[in-house]
Amino acid sequence: MSFDPAITLFSCHYTSQQSCSEEGKELEQLGFPESINLVRMPCTGKLQVRTLLQAFEDGADGVYVVGCPVVGCHNAKGSERAAKRVEVVRSALEELGVEGGRVQMYHLPRGLHPEFVEKGKEMENRIRDLGPSPFKS
Amino acid sequence: MIIAERKPMAEILEMVEDCEKVLVLACRGCVTVCSAGGEREADILSSLIRLGMKKAGKSIEVSTASLVRQCDREYVAEIDQWDGEYDAIVSTACGVGVNFISNLRKDTMVYPALNTTFFGGSAEQGEWTEQCAGCGDCVLHLTGGLCPVARCAKSLMNGPCGGSVDGRCEIRKDVECIWQSIHDRLGSFDRSAQMEVIAPIRDWSTAGHGGPRKVVRDDLTV
Repeated sequence: MSFDPAITLFSCHYTSQQSCSEEGKELEQLGFPESINLVRMPCTGKLQVRTLLQAFEDGADGVYVVGCPVVGCHNAKGSERAAKRVEVVRSALEELGVEGGRVQMYHLPRGLHPEFVEKGKEMENRIRDLGPSPFKS
Repeated sequence: MIIAERKPMAEILEMVEDCEKVLVLACRGCVTVCSAGGEREADILSSLIRLGMKKAGKSIEVSTASLVRQCDREYVAEIDQWDGEYDAIVSTACGVGVNFISNLRKDTMVYPALNTTFFGGSAEQGEWTEQCAGCGDCVLHLTGGLCPVARCAKSLMNGPCGGSVDGRCEIRKDVECIWQSIHDRLGSFDRSAQMEVIAPIRDWSTAGHGGPRKVVRDDLTV
């Protein structure tokens, strides 16, 4: 099924620096999917389960988080905490009979790296394959 | 504290499937401390109920509130402010809270969001272990402060049973043989002889086998 997905990305300042480059145009120039709504935050450790669920309530077909590598998080354990909360949401989605793959955690290097765009494309492809969120029906 | 865990969502959604408006009511007592039914968890549950109902093609209005505790009359009385506003309350308190609301508010339908599991303590961050069975006849002064009722799989009063290996219980390797620990702890206080004392056959009526229990303190009643 072809559709235009709505994807929400929560990312820390350190792993999403590309969004600030070239007057904020670098991501677009590198082909970062337009379907992704980027929410930057000081640290993904700040993310709460409730915030991730709210993104689904607000109509996201998929939600993902990009934080620092597990070893070397700028705030020591921030991205590790975020990963745990993503797992809580994944498990809750599965309890509701919804694909757990609609929520995902990525640990990426800080700074300007091609992986940030690659993972965005990967997430968009995954959500396209899964189709619209069952919460929208 | 009382330890509890959220019920499976399928069970909770079945409870509220015919409701149009529900109040998820958190408790700021024990279940907040064990991260099962405090304001944060109630907020998460509200979201999950909305999402689950949406997926089922139904609409539901879910609000969240909290009480200091749901096990005291004066705090439960606060639910009167929502009289008639909701089809049901989904309580994230322990079973005591759900019972108290049912006892005191005959017109309020209340559902349990949690499975109440045991009296325990926080062993590590995010890990709780059973420590007390509330049996009503404490023997901790005889067992080095370690409870054989709650922490021995067989609740033996004259243990160990012989099934333990290397200090671990035969039911699971991650369970310590509490009688081994009692032995070791008594020994460290030079009180190993206490292990030789045969505990008499126990009267379990204080443990709930004699029906629901009640404590009345005359000095506190007026």
